Order: sequence, then C-alpha cells, then structure tokens
Amino acid sequence: MMRIPLLLAALVLQPPPGQSEFVPVNELPAADKLPAAPFLIAAYAFVWIAVMFYLWTIWRRLNKVEADIDALARKTPHR
Amino acid sequence: MKKAFGPLLVVVAVMFVVAPFLIANAPYESTMGLIQKIFYYHVPSWFAMYLAIAVCGAASAVYLFKGTPIADAYATAGAEVAVVFGLCGLVTGPLWGRVAWGVWWQWDVRLTTALLLELIFVAYLMVRRFGGPGAEKLAAATALFGTATAPFVYKSVDIWRTVHPQTTVIPTLKPSMGGPFAFSSLAFLLLSALLLTARVHLAKRQMMVDEMYLAYEDQS
Repeated sequence: MMRIPLLLAALVLQPPPGQSEFVPVNELPAADKLPAAPFLIAAYAFVWIAVMFYLWTIWRRLNKVEADIDALARKTPHR
Repeated sequence: MKKAFGPLLVVVAVMFVVAPFLIANAPYESTMGLIQKIFYYHVPSWFAMYLAIAVCGAASAVYLFKGTPIADAYATAGAEVAVVFGLCGLVTGPLWGRVAWGVWWQWDVRLTTALLLELIFVAYLMVRRFGGPGAEKLAAATALFGTATAPFVYKSVDIWRTVHPQTTVIPTLKPSMGGPFAFSSLAFLLLSALLLTARVHLAKRQMMVDEMYLAYEDQS
C-alpha cells in the first residue's frame, strides 16, 4: 500500500523524453532574446579561440622542430 | 595534399566567415528560441571529433598490427584534433543546456559518455607524453577502445531515455535550418581535415629530427 505513492512520485519525477524534431518559428518571444545572447556568443567565441589556440600551438611546435632540423643540418653538412 | 592546403585553408576561412550569416538567417526553434542556434556549432564540433577519431582509430590499428611509423603520426594527429573538437562540444553543450534546461550539466547517458570519450583521448595523449618507451603501442590500444566507444556515444540518445535531443532532429530538419547546418558541418569537417594535415606534417618533421639525431650520434 505504501508503495503506490512512491510509484506515483517516481512516475511524476521521470524526465521528459528527448526532443525528436526541431520546429522553426518566425517570431521569437521577447523574453528569450536577451538572456540567451551572451551564452550563444560565448559558445561561438570559445570554438574560435580553441581552434586558433590549437593552430598556434602547431605553428610554435613546427618552428621549434624546423630550428632543430637546421641546427642538426649544420652539424652534419653532408646530409 | 601539401599543394591543396593553402587553397583549402582559404575556403575554410571563407566558410567560417559566411556561416554566422547563414545561421543568423535560420529560423528560431519553437521551444528553445535563440539559444538553439548553438546547435550549428555544437553538433558540427562532434562531427569533426568523430572524423578525427576515425582517423586515429584506423591509424592506430595499422600501427598496432603493422608497426608503420607514419600510421603512428596520423594516430597522434587524430587524437589531438579529437580532443580539441571534443572540448568545443563539451563547452558549447553546457552553454546551451544552461538556457534550454536550466542547468549546466546533467549526468545523463549522452553527456556522461561524451565526457568519457573525451577523457579516453586525453588519456591517449597522456600515455604518449608520460608513458616512456613503448607507450606508442599502449596508446594505440587505448585509441581502439576510444574508437569503439564513439558509435555508442552517438546512438546513446536513441537507445536510452535522456533529456538530450535525439539524433532524429538532424534528418528531420526543415530546409531553412538544414541548409545552414549542412554548411556549418562541412566547414567543421574541412577544418578538422586541415588541422589533421597540419598536425601530421608536424609529426613527420619530428620523426625527421629523431632520425637526424640518431645519425648524428652514430657519427660522433
């Protein structure tokens, strides 16, 4: 008997099912505009910064390797 | 690929300049509004990660069974690029979730397995960095486990009940949303390929330095 309220509570507390389709709308509710913008900009900015940073690390490591190759080539000129 | 790198870099740069305009013109989603537009960077980030994982997994298998050094170079490049795009997905997702769900993070199947996938490839890089002699083979085996995990991460939203949108949102996108999404996905996949190429080039030069050091030591 005690289990019925618990079962009901468990059913009520279930998360909603995952969204299966995106439906476009023409008008965005005004309340949605401002709070979302900083998050959206932050997300796009993060991707740009992460990719640029990674490119910079490749460029920096490549410069170091090229310097090593030059130094070794000077030590072994016949190669 | 060396000759195509420059023009391809220009094409990708132009695509990343154009993409925000296409995304801005795409309609708002009915329940999430403006924040759903993170989708156009978030999902392509994961696609780019999956491409890098596929390269890492295939190259690791070749290296593990044949011992080809160039395969190891591709595997390292794939793991690094996978970690970069995985990080993009793991940061953009919570930014979306904070507005759409009201929380930064949910320990549901998709989010948790995606985090684990990222950690597997971080582990790959740490094994290579700190594993000492023979770490390449151990890392290659780790990459195979990571690659085998990736399809489960993708399908997890369809198999288990989760708050994360299902994979069906992509094939059912209306053309007004599907167009910018396809464009953005292509830009990310090309960017992933470019980063892989640049990183493989670096690995090849590093291999050359190692060979030159050995030759120099033999000589002296």
